[in-house]
Amino acid sequence: MIKIDGLVKSYGELEVLKGIDYEVKEKEVICIIGASGSGKSTLLRCINLLEEITDGAIYIENVKVNDPKTNINDIRKDVGMVFQQFNLFPHMNVLDNITIAPRKIRHMDPKEAEELAHELLAKVGLGDKANNYPEQLSGGQMQRVAIARALAMKPKVMLFDEPTSALDPEMVKEVLDVMKDLAKEGMTMVVVTHEMGFAREVADRVLFIDGGFLVEEGTPEELFGHPQNERTKAFLGKIL
Amino acid sequence: MEHIIKVLPYLLEGIKYTFLITIVGVALGFVIGAFAGLGRLSKSKIIYWLCTTYVEIIRGTPILVQILFIYFGLSDLLGINLDKVTASIIAIAINAGAYIAEIVRGGVQSIDKGQFEAGDSIGLTKRQTMWYIIWPQALKRMIPPLGNQFIISLKDTSLFSAIAVGEVLYQGKAYTAAAFTYFEPYLMVAVFYLAITIPASIILRRVERRLDV
Repeated sequence: MIKIDGLVKSYGELEVLKGIDYEVKEKEVICIIGASGSGKSTLLRCINLLEEITDGAIYIENVKVNDPKTNINDIRKDVGMVFQQFNLFPHMNVLDNITIAPRKIRHMDPKEAEELAHELLAKVGLGDKANNYPEQLSGGQMQRVAIARALAMKPKVMLFDEPTSALDPEMVKEVLDVMKDLAKEGMTMVVVTHEMGFAREVADRVLFIDGGFLVEEGTPEELFGHPQNERTKAFLGKIL
Repeated sequence: MEHIIKVLPYLLEGIKYTFLITIVGVALGFVIGAFAGLGRLSKSKIIYWLCTTYVEIIRGTPILVQILFIYFGLSDLLGINLDKVTASIIAIAINAGAYIAEIVRGGVQSIDKGQFEAGDSIGLTKRQTMWYIIWPQALKRMIPPLGNQFIISLKDTSLFSAIAVGEVLYQGKAYTAAAFTYFEPYLMVAVFYLAITIPASIILRRVERRLDV
């Protein structure tokens, strides 16, 4: 579904990703772990081209995303993204946050878009917040709205960039629960996270990124239970 | 005392032009400034340099020079007879446009990068992201400096007495020339400007408070 082929990303002289190869299959949940600055968020952001790709290629359903002939907006319609800082639109209420993309891009009828939004809000447990503004919500609620907003485009893949890192501890679970439900429904998900419990429980494969390389990957059991690489062992030793 | 009363009809005639030139000029200036400000954020080098050159030329020259250049200079060059009020409106529009361009640029740049990325990530085009996501947020932040620019431009219209546009200062001057008295007419001219600028400031502050900027 997503094929990453020799992906290199540099900022000037600084090479952040040094040649990553990986293939995400449909309905897989992939968790990417690694230290800060390892390049894991950059890798995620290359998938929907929020970062320009320096070298190599990424294909989503066999369409090369970094081909100049590819209309990146067409790709992004099918790739939902959830950010660490939520990035809800503060001047719109929850309903408008969710409906803007389907209305403006899919040209969905406003009434239909609203119904969809209410459906999604119920799904993330915020059925009563449709008319609230983001500033009236807690962090956990904002992140759940952000997930609903991304789902409104009916994406084929969801990308999560440290979705719980900016949350107070008591709000982490409500967000992870929504993500678990999504995983159960068969959504293809790529999640950059520090939540090892989540990775262990939900991920099909876990990727350990260090120094711009994909150092090791495997099932949660393999990676957490029997890490092969010294660097993986050192990293897991520090956090578990 | 009598001159304070007698000058009033002159100034009331003048204030019509002051208002006309300021309101139409600043409104056009806003349109120019919106494009030039966004142009200064453009990835296209040509657009960036065009807009930057415009802003630098206008900010670097006195408005009095600009109005004389437009009214006399351009009329001379193009061989047309530009109406004084039209020339004044053009001058305010071009002058305010340059300052508003900087307000617009600053307003857009003050918006968190995450808002652009969120717009991109849900599949909005750059233009849609700008229009639906960034612009409404930036505009709110632009209101205080825009109000400021309105007051500055309003006062700048007094310089157009140099080309004999019948705005407030010109009318006051005309009165002094006929009446051979200066203190009271010019006092009233000042009072007229304050009578507009002080309420404008108060309204502006109320709007800011309501919008919570």
